[in-house]
Amino acid sequence: MIEVTNLHKGFNGEAILKGITTSFERGKTNLIIGTSGSGKTVFLKCLLGLFVPEEGSILYDGISYTNLSPEEQRSLRQQMGMVFQGSALFDSMTVEENVMFPLQMFTKQKKTEMLERVHAVLERVNLENAHKKLPSEISGGMQKRVAIARAIVTRPKYLFCDEPNSGLDPRTAIVIDNLIKEITEEYDITTVINTHDMNSVMEIGEKIIFLQKGHLEWEGDKSQIFTTDNKAVTDFVYSSNLFKKVRDAQLKGL
Amino acid sequence: MFYLDAIGRYFLMLKGVFGRMTKGSVLRSLTLKEIDDLIIGSLGIVAFISFFIGAVVAIQTALNLTNPIIPRQLIGFASRQSVILEFAPTFISVIMAGKVGSFITSSIGTMRVTEQIDALEVMGINSLNYLVFPKIIAMMTYPFLIAISMFLGILGGYIAGVYGGFLSSDEFITGLQDEFIPFHLVYAFLKTLLFAFLLATIPSFHGYYMKGGALEVGKASTTSFVWTSVAIIIGNYILTQLLLSS
Repeated sequence: MIEVTNLHKGFNGEAILKGITTSFERGKTNLIIGTSGSGKTVFLKCLLGLFVPEEGSILYDGISYTNLSPEEQRSLRQQMGMVFQGSALFDSMTVEENVMFPLQMFTKQKKTEMLERVHAVLERVNLENAHKKLPSEISGGMQKRVAIARAIVTRPKYLFCDEPNSGLDPRTAIVIDNLIKEITEEYDITTVINTHDMNSVMEIGEKIIFLQKGHLEWEGDKSQIFTTDNKAVTDFVYSSNLFKKVRDAQLKGL
Repeated sequence: MFYLDAIGRYFLMLKGVFGRMTKGSVLRSLTLKEIDDLIIGSLGIVAFISFFIGAVVAIQTALNLTNPIIPRQLIGFASRQSVILEFAPTFISVIMAGKVGSFITSSIGTMRVTEQIDALEVMGINSLNYLVFPKIIAMMTYPFLIAISMFLGILGGYIAGVYGGFLSSDEFITGLQDEFIPFHLVYAFLKTLLFAFLLATIPSFHGYYMKGGALEVGKASTTSFVWTSVAIIIGNYILTQLLLSS
């Protein structure tokens, strides 16, 4: 579980996050949504420890990142997996090497043991036939699967995903969303996903927080997001023509 | 103020590079890969340039020796001195700032743009050590490349001088051996080591701290070439003043 209290962060005197307080539960897919520039990515990078908050605290299962020694911070980071928006796979490494990388860096396992684990994880993300390919030789959807495999190979306690289905076709996006949800439940990890894709919200949004201009504007689950009377949230949700048409149809009783 | 800030950040980067070390086995394979990319991969262009520069130095010296009192063996002497003291260590290093420096800046810059460096940091890896330290170690083999450059430069001078009909083989070899000061080799290799360090770290600095997208990667590569060349020229002046002037 991750608990965030009164989180503030700014750059060059400009406040980006303005006192965010929320929590993300274990075994659930927690979504951060909001328009571009609402502070989603900065918030996610604060959760990852890449940005140091100016004020407030983040507790990972009761442990404050900022109060840890550098060595303990590194140890905590090794319990985090991250799926970047552009996958961030290492270009010069094959799929297998990319997934094996965290194991090589942080474990003393033999190569055969590492390969066994890598193959199991690649199988879990349905990528059995691309072990020896370079990231440039596989599709965007496959790259996302490799990124997920690399993020979970060390069995992390926390999984962070920055727009995991951006640039993917709708069908692949749903597959990736469901894969993340399944892994969250299977590994019993705390998953935080940064997205502005309403389809993801509908598919996997067990807890949703809505950011606007650095504030936590609203939080709830995917059933509540369609019934809320918060104008900022409804404006965001119904900016999608599809959802607008669904709502209009519902209102007309169709 | 901007330059002072950049110099300050460069030294802070160096502190980070020599901070927490990457796992030994990973570091070893990274270093071997860097030796292949940075040194072995530059062998062809360095050999080509060195040979022809040595040849041109010999021809230029021969064509300017119009006074019959001056012995022809001076061509061999001038080739040796020019190649060992300046052309091999300094001129080749400026070429390397373009070839290797641009490669380092663009590869690290692309990693920055595509969030690969963030991925390393999230995993709890000291990305500066992981990315830059193997390059520094690999570049410590750079003196071997310069030794090859020296040999080929003098060979080029020999072939151009002797087969161009400017002097005999004996005259060239006598000139090569004439007033040879071994310390000149020490001086040349000492400055080669300094240039190797600059060639590994300045382009890394420009790649690591770049911001923006693909266009900025290109700009960073150009800037890195300019600043690495400037640092090499200034370093060359300072070391020459310290080591050769009495």
